[in-house]
Amino acid sequence: MALTRDRVDALRATAREVREDIVRMVHAAACGHPGGPLGMADFMTTLFLEHLDLTPENRHAEDRDRFVLGNGHTCAGYYALLAQKGLLDREQLLTFRKMGSPLQGHPHRNLELGIDFSTGSLGNGLSVAAGMALGAKMSGWSSRIYCASSDGESQEGQIWEAATSAAHWGLSNLTVIVDFNDIQIDGRMRDVMDVRDLRAKYAAFGWHAVEIDGHDVVAIDHALCEAKAETERPSAIVARTTIGKGVSFMEDQSSWHGVAPNDEQLAQALEDLAAAAS
Amino acid sequence: MRRSSGPPPPRVHVLTTQDLAPLATGEVKKVATRQAYGEALLELGSQHQDIVVLDADLSGSTKTGMFAKAHPDRFINCGVAEANMAGTAAGLACTGRKAFMSSFAMFAAGKAWEQLRQSVCVPDLDVKVCASHAGLTVGEDGKSHQMLEDITLMRVLPNMKVLVPADAVEAREAVRVAYETPGPVYVRLSRASTPVVFGEEYRLELGKGALLREGSDVCIAACGVEVAEALGAAEQLAAAGIEARVINLASIDPIDEDLIVDSAQRCGAILTAEEHQIRGGLGDAVAQVVVRRCPVPMDLAGMDGEFGQTGTASQLLAHYGLDAASLAARAEALIQRKGN
Ligand SMILES: Cc1ncc(C[n+]2csc(CCOP(=O)(O)OP(=O)(O)O)c2C)c(N)n1
Repeated sequence: MALTRDRVDALRATAREVREDIVRMVHAAACGHPGGPLGMADFMTTLFLEHLDLTPENRHAEDRDRFVLGNGHTCAGYYALLAQKGLLDREQLLTFRKMGSPLQGHPHRNLELGIDFSTGSLGNGLSVAAGMALGAKMSGWSSRIYCASSDGESQEGQIWEAATSAAHWGLSNLTVIVDFNDIQIDGRMRDVMDVRDLRAKYAAFGWHAVEIDGHDVVAIDHALCEAKAETERPSAIVARTTIGKGVSFMEDQSSWHGVAPNDEQLAQALEDLAAAAS
Repeated sequence: MRRSSGPPPPRVHVLTTQDLAPLATGEVKKVATRQAYGEALLELGSQHQDIVVLDADLSGSTKTGMFAKAHPDRFINCGVAEANMAGTAAGLACTGRKAFMSSFAMFAAGKAWEQLRQSVCVPDLDVKVCASHAGLTVGEDGKSHQMLEDITLMRVLPNMKVLVPADAVEAREAVRVAYETPGPVYVRLSRASTPVVFGEEYRLELGKGALLREGSDVCIAACGVEVAEALGAAEQLAAAGIEARVINLASIDPIDEDLIVDSAQRCGAILTAEEHQIRGGLGDAVAQVVVRRCPVPMDLAGMDGEFGQTGTASQLLAHYGLDAASLAARAEALIQRKGN
């Protein structure tokens, strides 16, 4: 079922709030990673609000959907979406990266808050998500397992071990969304170590694989619906994104992978995001 | 303490005052050891054409970027693929090169451990693993990035030499020693800026520790960022009338057995300090010498079987009992256990 005009507008509005939270959180922490999650905000919002069956009520249910953030450094956006879903208070977001906060610099498993897995070391997430999908199948649960990954993370060999096994086990309940922004820490991904055509790679590994505009919520929703309809194969959605999306001076800049905005930059960022809304 | 008649008296490498930067003057310079690594690598790499440098998408953070800029033809960015990087380094070493490979300690030692064992240490190749962002002081990134097990993982490997420099001067020296020492070497580096302890004249020797402060009530043996904390603890103890000897054990494997034996004999108690798990780390390495050659009471400050968490470097050191005040308290308690 296609998204209504109203839903599209609502998702865009939420994605903008998520972006505001991201820059506020990283600014308050004075460290962290703003660029990646800004780029992922549209597909993460669509996934979390339209598809991921995770609520304050079912958070402890074994057969609910699960989510693994393979590219754990992008967790500011993940936490902001958990707040959107009522799993944590929006005020709590500003404790991000502070001593004693459950909102650790990279996600740490905390089912109370709906954080399904600990990540931060790239390459680990997809294997774990595949294990969850395998376990869900063995238990006869209808849960779907979602995993976020990235072009940089796709350089890790373990990703391709996971890709091989998930297809071999026929994990149709598993979907990976790859944040493909052609940026990593040391610069352009294609200059550092080109992973090339990830859609074709996943397809060759036996997955149902599509490539979409990662900022188009309609396309994202459509791809997630298709993934749900798959009965044989795991699904890979390669989402073309722009790192830093929505904040003029961060867009397409590897330098904004992992530094915090200062006071003026925060003000500018919030202004950019507000302008996009009107 | 029973003085055995058999083994020769230990030879102790005593530093001259020139070797020590004027810590007491209050003019303490702070530099990160990773910064010193980057500078040393650039200098050494310009002198020696056989040096190649590999990184895994962290050249800005590990500081190999300086070398990369000067010698792009001898710099290989492997992308986020640390296990592949270790294997590639081994292959390059087989072509007559000395391969320096860098990433965060978590990934260099953790993700690539089996490749380092099979492809680097078993064939005993010239691969120098220079790993930054080790320990708690990586701070806010939290437990996934706080590598607290690398000393253990590396010192357990036959052929691997393990160096944990205390400051920028010693880090520069560690890079030189790594280059000059045949076979695999692991150099543990930090993200945080830490006090410069040594003077420019200081020379690091493989297998040699350094006596930084003399005292006979208790010995604090430290490595890495804990050396400055140990010196701070000794200051605090001195104010309470307790004289602590402070030794720096940058060379963890091989370790300076003579200095440890001498310290045990002189002080009758040893406290070790490391931002690392005590299981298998510096404390364990010292304890192995102590139980075999000079049993005295010991205590081991470090992570005692738990992971870290998000926080600032100084918050974390205090929380896990690794700041100067905690070490001083622990040393005092240890003195109570000394035999008369
Ligand atoms: C195993 C591992 N190696 C290195 C790192 C350090 N690191 C964190 S993010 C990153 C770049 C990853 O690329 P990508 O996810 O595409 O970055 P982004 O688009 O968010 O800038 C690296 C190398 C890590 N977290 N884990």
